[in-house]
Amino acid sequence: MRPKTRLRRTLVWLGTLFVMAAICLPGAWVVFSAFRPNREILARPAIWWPEQFGLGNFMRMFGIGGEQIAIPVGSYFMNSLIIALTSTFVAVFIGMAGGYAFARFRFRGKNAIFLGLMLSRAVPGIALSLPLFMVWSRLGLIDTPLGLIIVYVAMNVPFTVWLTDGFFRQVPVEMSEAAQIDGCTRWQAFWRVEFPLARAGIASAGIFAFLISWNEYALASVLTRSTDSRTLPVGLMDFSAQFTIDWAGMCAMAVLIIIPALILTFIVQKHLIAGLTFGGVKG
Amino acid sequence: MATVNLSQVVKRYGKLEVVHGIDLDIAHEEFVVLVGPSGCGKSTTLRMIAGLEEISGGEIRIGDRMVNELPPRARNVSMVFQNYALYPHMSVRENLGFSLKIAKQPASTIDERVAEAADILGLSDLMDRTPAQLSGGQRQRVAMGRAIVRHPDVFLFDEPLSNLDAKLRVQMRTEIKRLHQKVRTTVVYVTHDQVEAMTLADRIVIMRDGYIEQVGSPLELFERPANTFVAGFIGSPPMNQVRARIAAKDGGPVVSITDSLDLPVPGRLRDQVRADQDVVLGFRAEDLMPEGHELKTDGALMRFKQTVSIAEPLGTETLLFTEFGQQEVLSKMFNPRPVAEGEEIGFALNIDRLHLFDAASGRSLEG
Ligand SMILES: Nc1ncnc2c1ncn2[C@@H]1O[C@H](COP(=O)(O)OP(=O)(O)OP(=O)(O)O)[C@@H](O)[C@H]1O
Ligand SMILES: [Mg+2]
Repeated sequence: MRPKTRLRRTLVWLGTLFVMAAICLPGAWVVFSAFRPNREILARPAIWWPEQFGLGNFMRMFGIGGEQIAIPVGSYFMNSLIIALTSTFVAVFIGMAGGYAFARFRFRGKNAIFLGLMLSRAVPGIALSLPLFMVWSRLGLIDTPLGLIIVYVAMNVPFTVWLTDGFFRQVPVEMSEAAQIDGCTRWQAFWRVEFPLARAGIASAGIFAFLISWNEYALASVLTRSTDSRTLPVGLMDFSAQFTIDWAGMCAMAVLIIIPALILTFIVQKHLIAGLTFGGVKG
Repeated sequence: MATVNLSQVVKRYGKLEVVHGIDLDIAHEEFVVLVGPSGCGKSTTLRMIAGLEEISGGEIRIGDRMVNELPPRARNVSMVFQNYALYPHMSVRENLGFSLKIAKQPASTIDERVAEAADILGLSDLMDRTPAQLSGGQRQRVAMGRAIVRHPDVFLFDEPLSNLDAKLRVQMRTEIKRLHQKVRTTVVYVTHDQVEAMTLADRIVIMRDGYIEQVGSPLELFERPANTFVAGFIGSPPMNQVRARIAAKDGGPVVSITDSLDLPVPGRLRDQVRADQDVVLGFRAEDLMPEGHELKTDGALMRFKQTVSIAEPLGTETLLFTEFGQQEVLSKMFNPRPVAEGEEIGFALNIDRLHLFDAASGRSLEG
């Protein structure tokens, strides 16, 4: 290897390292803090390398070993899980149907509808919070899981439609036709051939929809009030009292929020292998 | 019995009519090739037979059933697509057995029929691969295997060889012919390659702009093209076509090409022409024979000398570009010798094998 190339490569590595560090450090800081007592986090001068490291924050959160903080983490967690999973499931299902229709059928106003869907994502969600609040309170949907589920489905559908449309487009129409000639109904052809081939897209749509619902804060903070429907991200704010913030507890809960998202991403990830459609048609 | 009958079949996309009321009767076990230039409606016709495209008018029957309203799965046809359309997420074995599985056949029947098809097509060693792990020719074979396992009434092929390189195409062409000899089934085969059509077909259907131009056996189309389009489409090289006019002379009507060049009208066509008719004179390159390389014939010959502008050696024959009545024509030299460009050569034109077409309609003057 020529020295010049080697130098350049080293520089590229260093640059990458720096960027990665900049991206990861805040996350790592949150994770570290989750295992340290508040005292140490707030210490001045700062203690960079943790001295006391333990599960105290988590135990406090779940009331193990006497001390318990007054935040119903368990209810928040269940609310989050129910709302995120249900809304993801519904959004992916609607998105799949819509994406398939956009990819396969011609109909009047197709482009306009598609554009409309995309533009609806351009409106910042928070701008809708007041009208949404008023409508929801008339309908009695304030502080109910159903209320949030509807909002999240509406938020996610344009995106899931767009994503699955792209993936269904990549599946040649001949796949479905071949299956129909092989004896399938259109419905069977979809589930046996087109769906498995677009699975990667549907899985990615699912992950995105889940993460968006799971982490959403702005609208949830307006539309929820109590343990009936309050979700984890809103619950994080419970750690800030009038004059103090329990950083340690907050970080522990943040870790708790990250874990299911990570688990889900890992589970779904193996379906993300794209390129399954290659080889079925001419090379 | 799987005959296929099309009567007055029309296809419209919105207001645009692309197939204009075609009639076609395909016999049991017949190999019919639909051929024609791009956009002439071959695929559309095939897809209407398959049920993948709605029929806008007329009637299609397979066997004794009217199939207009039947979905593809109820027609018992199988189809090989241009891009093969193998299921990428299934192994070769699963691809082959898919239709039987959908039909809920017992596993033993599926295994047996899949093995039989694999055997016929030489796929037995590839059964556990996925389509991505196959070469183009192998994919092509899997696509054919998938079509034959079902024992369908009709095979439909839509340009199945057009994605293969030239050598493999010739090889697979023979293989398809052999397959048809083994698995005698009615076949409708679409291609735009006239050589494929000639080599495979029992009968060729030539289409243009949504109309059928002519139906006939390969030799019929070659020997008696119904119009200038067919004459220009079938045969390689296509038939020479020279503008001319009928003139009355003492000995009978003649084809006058230039003031100084005319030919007697062949006897069989004498009653079909009228004086001053604008015609197209057609003759095959092999009927314009270079001196010393003539084929045996009892036909009357007309001899003339002309320079060669281009010579294209092809091995068994050489194509010579020359002029006849100041219009470019091709001659075929069999058992060729080297020919220099610009060389003057004597030619013999076989007058008995001339074709005449009406210039205005393009139709053959043959009775
Ligand atoms: N979905 C469609 N909408 C409108 N017109 C169409 C549609 N599909 C095909 N056509 C038109 O119908 C005509 C016939 O098409 P078809 O695919 O049958 O041609 P083809 O003979 O198979 O040509 P090729 O050799 O290029 O495959 C073409 O002019 C084409 O533009
Ligand atoms: Mg076509």
